[in-house]
Parts: sequence; structure tokens; C-alpha cells
Amino acid sequence: MPVMQLNDFSFTYPGVSHPSLKNINIEIRKNKITALIGPSGCGKSTLLRSMNRIHDLYPGNKYEGSIELLNTKTNKMENILNIKKENEFIELRQKVGMIFQKPTPFPMSIFDNVAYGLKIAGIKNKTQLEGRVEQALKDAALWREVKDRLGKSAMGLSGGQQQRLCIARAVAVKPEVILFDEPTSALDPISTGAIEELLVELKKDVSIAIVTHNMQQASRISDYTAFMYLGDLIEFDKTEHIFLNPKEKQTEDYITGRFG
Amino acid sequence: MRLLINKIVLGLSTLSALIGLGFLAWILITLFIKGLGSFHFSLFLNDLIDGGLRNLIVGQFILAAIAAALGIPLGMIAGIYIQEYGRGKYAEIIRNLSDIMMSAPSIVIGAFVYAIVVVPTGGTSGAAGAIALSIMMLPIVINTTDNMLSLVPKELREAGIALGASKYKVIIDIVIKAAKVGIMTGILLAFARIIGETAPLLFTSETSNYFSLDLSESFPSLTVSIYDLANEPEESSRDLAWAASFILTVLVLAINLTGRFFTRNKGGK
Repeated sequence: MPVMQLNDFSFTYPGVSHPSLKNINIEIRKNKITALIGPSGCGKSTLLRSMNRIHDLYPGNKYEGSIELLNTKTNKMENILNIKKENEFIELRQKVGMIFQKPTPFPMSIFDNVAYGLKIAGIKNKTQLEGRVEQALKDAALWREVKDRLGKSAMGLSGGQQQRLCIARAVAVKPEVILFDEPTSALDPISTGAIEELLVELKKDVSIAIVTHNMQQASRISDYTAFMYLGDLIEFDKTEHIFLNPKEKQTEDYITGRFG
Repeated sequence: MRLLINKIVLGLSTLSALIGLGFLAWILITLFIKGLGSFHFSLFLNDLIDGGLRNLIVGQFILAAIAAALGIPLGMIAGIYIQEYGRGKYAEIIRNLSDIMMSAPSIVIGAFVYAIVVVPTGGTSGAAGAIALSIMMLPIVINTTDNMLSLVPKELREAGIALGASKYKVIIDIVIKAAKVGIMTGILLAFARIIGETAPLLFTSETSNYFSLDLSESFPSLTVSIYDLANEPEESSRDLAWAASFILTVLVLAINLTGRFFTRNKGGK
């Protein structure tokens, strides 16, 4: 079942004449990991950044087609491209979280980092906050390492820990979807392994879309894979099909390392 | 050959560094000897009329503090506007104006305040002096705020937005916190700059021999008094000017060093 569905979606950056994404049709399935792969500049990050409309931070973008997100209350799909009001944006971003390439801990304590989204969501009760923060840190497999220093600055954590903190921060607000934009490309292999395990663990509760440059990573953790090239979606299928017998020649060439 | 050129360049740059430092040392040593010679603790207890500097030091601080209270919030808000909200032409115009203001001669700012405050109100006043100093301070605060905010990675802003925070919340909770140390340093340096200014005060606040807290009249100022005292024929007045210069230099140096100390401890917590 899809939680997010893109229909004939095109995206154009401000001041550019032709679109960076052309007629993309893709869906993010519930409790699955969908990987977006393709060479640099193919539009995979642009696509990911459309899914929570973080692009809107910089005005002048053009969206076409639709991106539908499942409203879990009504069980209906709603087009997020219709969102205009500030409070609807806030709601959207609480439903669709995002993790960036470089860890982005806020300059505050570990506890306050994880509690930040919760406070914005209006949770003020202290015991409730503490419970949610603890659960989120446990979900992000960070609790044991930080439970004795929740009041310390998050800047003192290692890169891998910081990234897991960001995941905890995103998980804390209980989103439906989390978008990962190359979450391990700034990390060492051990931290990368920890994050990959974490992603597989997290998909029990949340649907995941991940942009990655690392094809082994895509094949290791994802259930579905989309191969993109120059703003087009070339092929979208179950991961094993994409990697074992792709239908398109371009996909095969990329997977086997003949270009890219 | 290359080694030789290397040596010549190294020699020349060392020499020019030494010349620069030499003059600085000369100034400081002269100031130290002359200032310390006429320095006495009672300077802090008496007002100028009784041969002390108390009213001047207090007055200078009051002027600078009022200027800071006016200039810092205004400058920070303007800096936040041009870095975070302003787009295109407007922000660029304000940024350029602020840069121009930064290099405006301080005597011109004094003359400007003389024209728009002193003349209409009918006389020099502490308020006019504080306004002149705050105008001096404004572009420095705008510039540092602008620069320090621009150093905050855009991913940090996006991460805040991606958690559902609104733009102003992200700026207040995250961006300013991340740039806090730099902005504080800039403000301290701006403060150090204005506390040693003479020209903007020369015909706005003037100075006074008496202790005063009344901002509507001529206000005691250390820097202007140094200027006056140094021009007087008596030896004792000039000694007092040296002592005042010494105290002022130590103050400015202390503020500057505090600022640098903050910057150095930026990473570690």
C-alpha cells in the first residue's frame, strides 16, 4: 500500500527554463524502504526534497503534477502540492521527516535536540516529553550511549552519533515517512553499518525513502529501487529485480558500473 | 635562486612586521610610562573639577551603554533581515549602505548628529552623544550579524524547517544560537570601538567637569576631556590627559581581549 504517490510530477528550479524532474510516477510503500539511485545530478535529491516541500524555503520553484500523501485519519490521499498555509506546512513536515547528508545537530543539549520537534508539535508536559525523548533515542539505538549525558551539548557527539541523534529527532514526532538524503556518505563504515541496521529496524514503524550513491547500500537495505537519469525515472521496481534483471539497458549499464 | 628569493621575502616581511610592532610597542610604552607616572588611585574617586577622572569614566560608560542599548538590537534585527529575509535588491542596498556607513568618517557622523539633534534641541547633550555613538556602532553590528549568520550552514536551517518549525522559530532557536559566539564577539568589538571614540562626541555631548546623569545637558566624556586637557598649557592637565589615555587604552584592550577570548573558545564547550 502506498503512503505517498507521485503522479506525472515535474519540478523546475527558479530561473531555469527546463524542468529538473520530468513526469515522475513513483510510490513510497508503507513500511518499506525505497531507494533512489542514479548518477550525480540525476535529480534524486531534488525528488526527495519535493516530498516534504523543503524546496519552498527558497521561493520561485515550479511544481507540476501531484504528490499525494496518505492521511491516516481519513485514509484518503491528499495532494501536498496544494499546501499554501504555514500551519499546513508544519503538519506536512511533522508527517514527513528528513535526514540530511551531514549530521545537523542543533546547538543545544541532546535532550533539547530530540524534544525540539515535540515542543513545536505542542507537547509541553515534562514527563510526556521525557518519555517520548527516551523512546526516540532507544528507537535510534542511541539511548545507551547518551542516557547519562542528556543535558550535555549535542555538538560533543561523534559524527555517527550525531546522525543517529538526528534520526531520533525525526522519529520522535512519529512521522509517517522519513526521507534520507545520503545519510551515510559523511560517515565511516562502522557508523554506516549502524545506520543501515537502524533503517531496517525503523521500517516497522515508518515508511522510508532514501537517496544513496552507494549501490551496495541500496541492494542491502531497500525493498524497492528507483533508477533515475537526467531528471527521468528510468525504472522503478522491487530491488532484486532492479539489481538482478533490470528491464532497461540504462539501468543495467549503471548497476554494472559501465557508466555513472 | 629560489631559496634566495625565499630568504629575501621572509626578511622583508619580518622587517615590516617588526616596524609595525615597534611603533605599537613605542605607543604602548610611552603611554605606560607617562600614564602610570601620573596615575593615582584617587583619580577614580574625584571628579575632573577636583583633579580626578571619576565623572569622565562613568560618563563615557553611560554614553557607550546607551549607544549599545540602541545600536545592538537595531543592528541585529537589520542584520537578521538582510541575511535571512531580505531578497535581491533591497537587502543588497541595505548591505551596501551599511558598508558605506562603516567607513564614514566619525567626525561626519558627529556633524550629522549636531545638525539633526544638537541644533534643534538648542545645545549639546548626553543624548546626542549617545545617538552619535549608536550610529557609529550600527553598521558594525549589522555587518557582524550578517556575516556570522551567513556562516551557519543552510542544512541546519533546513533541518529545523524539516521538523515543522516556522522560519522565525528556526532563526531564533537555532540559527542565532549557532552564530551566538561570533555575534557576541562582534558586539564586544563594536563596543570597544565606540568607547574610545572622540570625534562623534566632540560637538554632540561635549564634556563636563562635573558628575552628571542628566542626558539633556553636556555630558562628561573621557575621550573629549583627553582632547581638551591635552590642549591646555598646564603641566598638571597634560599629566591628567596621559593618565586618562592610559586608563582608556587599558579598558579598550581588556574589551578587545575578552572578545578574542570568546572567539578562541568557539569550538570547545
